[in-house]
Amino acid sequence: MCDLLWLIPAAPLVGFLILIVLGSRIARTAVSVIGVGSVGISAVTAILVGVDVIGGTPPGDAFSLLMWQWMNVAGFSAEATLYLDGLSLVMMLVVTIVGFLIHLFSVGYMADDEAFSRFFAYMNLFVSSMLILVLSDNLLFLYLGWEGVGLCSYLLIGFWYREPDNVAAANKAFIVTRIGDTAMAIGLFLLFYSFDTLNIQAILAAAPQQWQPGATTAVLAAALLLGGALGKSAQLPLQTWLPDAMAGPTPVSALIHAATMVTAGVYLIARTHVLFELAPQVQFAVAVIGVLTVLVAGCSALVQSDIKKALAYSTISQIGYMFLALGIGAWSAAIFHLATHACFKSLLFLGAGAVMLSNHHEQNMFKLGGLRSRMPVTFVTFLVGALSLAALPLVTGGFYSKDLILWYAWASPVSTWWIWAGGLVGALITGVYALRMVFLTFFGEAKGHFTGRPGLVMQIPLIILAVLSVLIGFVQTPHSLGNIELFSDLLRNVFPAPAEVSATLSTEALMQIIAGLACLAGIAIAYIFFLRSPRWSSAVAENPQGALLHRFWFMGWGFDRLYDRTLVRPFVFVARINRRDVVDVVVTCIALTTEAFHRALSLGQTGKIRHYAVGMAIGAIITIGIAVLL
Amino acid sequence: MTLEWLIIIPLAAALVNLVVPREQEGVARWISLAALAADLVVLLLIGGGNWSLPGERGLWMVQSNHQWIPQLGISLQFAMDGLSFVMLILTVLLGVASVVCSWTEITERVGFFHFNLMAVLSGIIGVFLSLDLFVFYFFWELMLVPMYFLIAIWGHENRKYAATKFFVFTQAGGLLLLAGIVALYFVHGNASGQYTFNYFEILQVQVTGRAGFFIMLAFIAGFAVKLPAIPVHTWLPDAHTEAPTAGSVILAGLLLKTGAYGIIRFVLPLFPSSVAEIAWTVNLVAVVGILYGAVLAFAQTDMKRLVAYTSVSHMGFVLLGLFSQSAMALQGAVMQMLCHGISTGALFILVGMLQERTHTRDMTRLGGLWDLAPRMSGVAMVFALASLGLPGLGNFVGEFLVMVGAYKTFPWLVVAAAIGLVLATIYALDLMRRLFFGPLKGSWSFADLSLREAVLTIPFVVAIVALGVFPGPVFRTVQPTVDSLAKAGKELHQVQSSLGEPSGNGAVVVKQSITSREIRWRMP
Repeated sequence: MCDLLWLIPAAPLVGFLILIVLGSRIARTAVSVIGVGSVGISAVTAILVGVDVIGGTPPGDAFSLLMWQWMNVAGFSAEATLYLDGLSLVMMLVVTIVGFLIHLFSVGYMADDEAFSRFFAYMNLFVSSMLILVLSDNLLFLYLGWEGVGLCSYLLIGFWYREPDNVAAANKAFIVTRIGDTAMAIGLFLLFYSFDTLNIQAILAAAPQQWQPGATTAVLAAALLLGGALGKSAQLPLQTWLPDAMAGPTPVSALIHAATMVTAGVYLIARTHVLFELAPQVQFAVAVIGVLTVLVAGCSALVQSDIKKALAYSTISQIGYMFLALGIGAWSAAIFHLATHACFKSLLFLGAGAVMLSNHHEQNMFKLGGLRSRMPVTFVTFLVGALSLAALPLVTGGFYSKDLILWYAWASPVSTWWIWAGGLVGALITGVYALRMVFLTFFGEAKGHFTGRPGLVMQIPLIILAVLSVLIGFVQTPHSLGNIELFSDLLRNVFPAPAEVSATLSTEALMQIIAGLACLAGIAIAYIFFLRSPRWSSAVAENPQGALLHRFWFMGWGFDRLYDRTLVRPFVFVARINRRDVVDVVVTCIALTTEAFHRALSLGQTGKIRHYAVGMAIGAIITIGIAVLL
Repeated sequence: MTLEWLIIIPLAAALVNLVVPREQEGVARWISLAALAADLVVLLLIGGGNWSLPGERGLWMVQSNHQWIPQLGISLQFAMDGLSFVMLILTVLLGVASVVCSWTEITERVGFFHFNLMAVLSGIIGVFLSLDLFVFYFFWELMLVPMYFLIAIWGHENRKYAATKFFVFTQAGGLLLLAGIVALYFVHGNASGQYTFNYFEILQVQVTGRAGFFIMLAFIAGFAVKLPAIPVHTWLPDAHTEAPTAGSVILAGLLLKTGAYGIIRFVLPLFPSSVAEIAWTVNLVAVVGILYGAVLAFAQTDMKRLVAYTSVSHMGFVLLGLFSQSAMALQGAVMQMLCHGISTGALFILVGMLQERTHTRDMTRLGGLWDLAPRMSGVAMVFALASLGLPGLGNFVGEFLVMVGAYKTFPWLVVAAAIGLVLATIYALDLMRRLFFGPLKGSWSFADLSLREAVLTIPFVVAIVALGVFPGPVFRTVQPTVDSLAKAGKELHQVQSSLGEPSGNGAVVVKQSITSREIRWRMP
């Protein structure tokens, strides 16, 4: 079955090629069949391969498949090889299954769009690139997928290209992530220089022999890779592109900017975890960046009025949790949160999309409300997603993954108390903003202009994702709650065992209770401020300090303005004043000087003999004078 | 079949085009196409047999030599290796493209236009084949004059200025090159006792020391103008912008490549020790060019000028690859030459199509064109992405190899060059935004790609993707050339370590022949 691995990225690629070539010449039904079907083929193959690998002996054994020799020149070689182990299996399943459901949803969501085939072409290309990214065995081939998903993100953010704001958001996304990507490219140069290969497994095997922990080169390499991860995963300080990226169609936000592409940075760090372990300083920085991002983005999510922006900040914040986990060596916990987050966050985005579609594309939560009875299926599924995001204890997937991270943040020897505390405060904030969205959108008086429920093709993915959001939690439960370890078993061969934790069962249970209380407190705060007495929240917002803070958080802590003033404007200014090219000005000056001499000399050409005679006489005197003096 | 035919065929077509009767000038287009097709067939016949067995053939696929002026050591020495072969394929294909893209654009004096077009192509082909320095210089100048006419007669508003500037710059560079060639002729003749312009014979004895250094500088100066390197690049934006589309395609796609080709063919093997001395400085110039060209491209409002400045930036990568003293980077540079020819050629063709339709190049007057011409916009997107170095397209392969190869010796310069990737993203996306996205500006109304235009542009797309995904064949074709340079460098290294450092005054002469290597000293 594993021999069919190539089909998984190839099927969507073929779908893309067909759709881009035939484009608008084929019927919409055919476009849907090709667009959704190609990802469906991938998903089915991925599941079959997954069953094969998990059931195989030994379970979780790695498998690799050489597709073709990409480059082999003058000592540099890069193979297009697929590599399947527990980590890439998880990523592959997430990408194909969630991707398939989102494609299915899009058939309904994009039904009225004039560029239906272009949409599915880009989406298919995205899925293919993302699969290359997660399956690649070579950093350069991974980089191909890495840039490919960035390209698709750009194309899809600017999908409705007539609106200049959308195009600006698309450009911003590509350029900001490219800054990170460039750091990553330099990292690749450094890694090749050190190991003479870009094969991931070879590097991971050689690095501990060649580098001492904390060696300068190791730190440099890890830091450069981290740069790439920060850009792609929208972590501080490169997070600013993601809220703007919501300009794209909502299924795009669900697929690219929630479930898959933005978690590529997490994948990259997990994949190259050996390098980060050799650079403890950088690994600790990952944790610090993670916890800061959790809080910064969480606060911004609290005050957004646009439902998609709130979800975007929430995504940044949740990926912050994954970074936190990576930073403290809780590798499989990070990947577990990645998987649960993919389910519930894409569910939330699709739910938001269903709401918008049924309410004249209204995205402002304060202009929505009371949709609970109008859209029951959307409401229930959205509620499940929000509760999972808030990590409602015991019954949601989000609880099990986030709890695991917080537990390691408490217990891991490389963690500190304030990382744990930050994560805990973040959990409280998450509870508030998650339920705030639900209360504002689905409760209260009905405000929006309701135009009808979403069709079945949109409801089915919502239901499936809601079920997944709950069930996925039970593949990995803590010691105090059954101790199921299906998920970490799968990753056992990929990651080192987490540091030995010497804590009793009761400590673990206590920590879970604290985490659960944080979530419940958040939900309670949301209930009080946004459902029971909304006057309180407006009172806070109208208080001068409150208003200031509100505005500060609303605009994402002023990062955009900072970058605009310090980077964008100076660059544009310098470029503009030099539009004529200062070097060319010098060249023009030479030409003008020559011309001036020519004019001056031609002035002497008067045609009058006496002028020439005077000139000759002066010349003769000067010449003789010089000759005499010398 | 001999190599001369590759030059004679287009030259003959040029002459026929000159005498095509005025009433039937359209025939000139077909004559040019036929000549290029014939050239391609000859090229494939010559190259094909050798190319299929890259491992077993030697460096030179074909050679031919005729006496011309034996008293001065001048001969018609032509030879083709993998590098020339790749460049010739590019020349012929871009030649075809420039004929096709002028099909409706050029309606005045079609015969004379095609005379110039074919003449410039034969000059370029001659440059890629000549291995007698005197003959090389002849073809080098042959490229120049018809190009001048192409710009000055069929160009746009400011064509006279641009044509003169182009001529003055390249002529100045050419004179330095000539000075270098003549100096090399005498210094080499003095040292070896054999006065010759023949490349193979000059290669036998190396001119080093101070004389070698200055001769190398003259060569580099001549080639740098064509490349172009900062600060002698300023002819390029004017010439590219004012030239007709075919002229821009040939300028960007081919003429710039002759500069890089000259460096690989002459500077690197003839002066390896001097090259090592100056490598850092040249690479600094290259990196400054990468960044400076990219910033300038971003600032432009004239779309052709924007594309022109991207050439300055991209050719910086080529220069960096050439002087990195790494086989990897050298392969990357050749790849970048090829892909830059394709991607920038395609961009100029697309910009030309837009200008033909709207009669403006001012991007502030254009916008939202995706609505009108989605297919054209899609093709433009591919080449904007190639410009910004997207993996999967050919330019990435070139740029990546250049940087990964150069990193070993020049890590900080490579880090600076990598910033060029961000700047390229900025200008490429900005170009797309300003031209194709946003609301439709103005009241333009025109057709999407016609059949002729689709047939013209789609092969470019296929080529750039193919080179990006399967670059192997190009690498294998160029491999022997790169190997021979690396070997020459290694031998030099051994010689130097056995002799100690060369003395300062143009005195170390290393005799290398295929059978024996003797080293002798000779004072001037």
